[in-house]
Amino acid sequence: MMSSSSSGSGKKFSVLVVDDDPVIQRIHRVFLDRFGFETQVVGNGKEAVDLFCSGASFHLVLMDWDMPIMDGPKATRELRRMGVRSMIVGMTSRDRDSEKQEFVRAGSDDCCSKPLTSNTVTSLLQQLHTKYH
Amino acid sequence: MDGVAQLKKRLADYTTSLYDEGYLDDQFVQLQQLQDESNPEFVVEVVSLFFQDSQRLLSELAKALEQQSVDFRKVDAYVHQLKGSSSSIGAQRVQRACISFRNYCDDQNIEGCLKCLQQLKNEYSLMKNKLETLFKLEQQLLEAGG
Repeated sequence: MMSSSSSGSGKKFSVLVVDDDPVIQRIHRVFLDRFGFETQVVGNGKEAVDLFCSGASFHLVLMDWDMPIMDGPKATRELRRMGVRSMIVGMTSRDRDSEKQEFVRAGSDDCCSKPLTSNTVTSLLQQLHTKYH
Repeated sequence: MDGVAQLKKRLADYTTSLYDEGYLDDQFVQLQQLQDESNPEFVVEVVSLFFQDSQRLLSELAKALEQQSVDFRKVDAYVHQLKGSSSSIGAQRVQRACISFRNYCDDQNIEGCLKCLQQLKNEYSLMKNKLETLFKLEQQLLEAGG
């Protein structure tokens, strides 16, 4: 599901939101749509892995920490093991540094705290432009 | 026109008080900024989702704390979820109550957890009433042509 790239500022990035919280799902979807992303949402790590297994791909994966069936670090490890090269960003709690460390160990590119803010998304977009230049 | 001006002022004053008293934080502003013609009911939608989800989590918490042998990891997981969703709508006092709650979970302190659950329920009720009042005022303003 890689969106067709158009040159320069016209580039549309695809993002997969992996989170079991319906409130976060709704907010992040609208937030990311507003920033021009093509957004898809799944409810846990296993659904994310299955999606990639089925041949889908995304520029960016926003991976929540605590989810039923398969949590964030586990799903991140699995995606990396499968050879997924997307930018994976772990969504952590502000007061739990241990979560950030686990995400990094699992192979995430970065971590940010929930909920997303304009600054965070802007910074992610810059990183994406660099990575997929 | 007087009616509209008065309503506008009431709404503005009420909104300010919610921020001043710590019920809402900047995250709520971000939500309001996401509302537009393509998502005209966005804030009400998201807050309704929050109410539904919170009610579920609070009842799960009560159940979990009633068990003979309390699974603190489970309790912590529920509180963590509620902390996440409350912070995502800017429900600051609910979020803070969750943070204290998690400390008691870490200590495996049943008494502390039960007290926190009560406090959390109170904060949630207050928040719900405040937001419902806010939406009512906004609706009144809309209907008055504001």
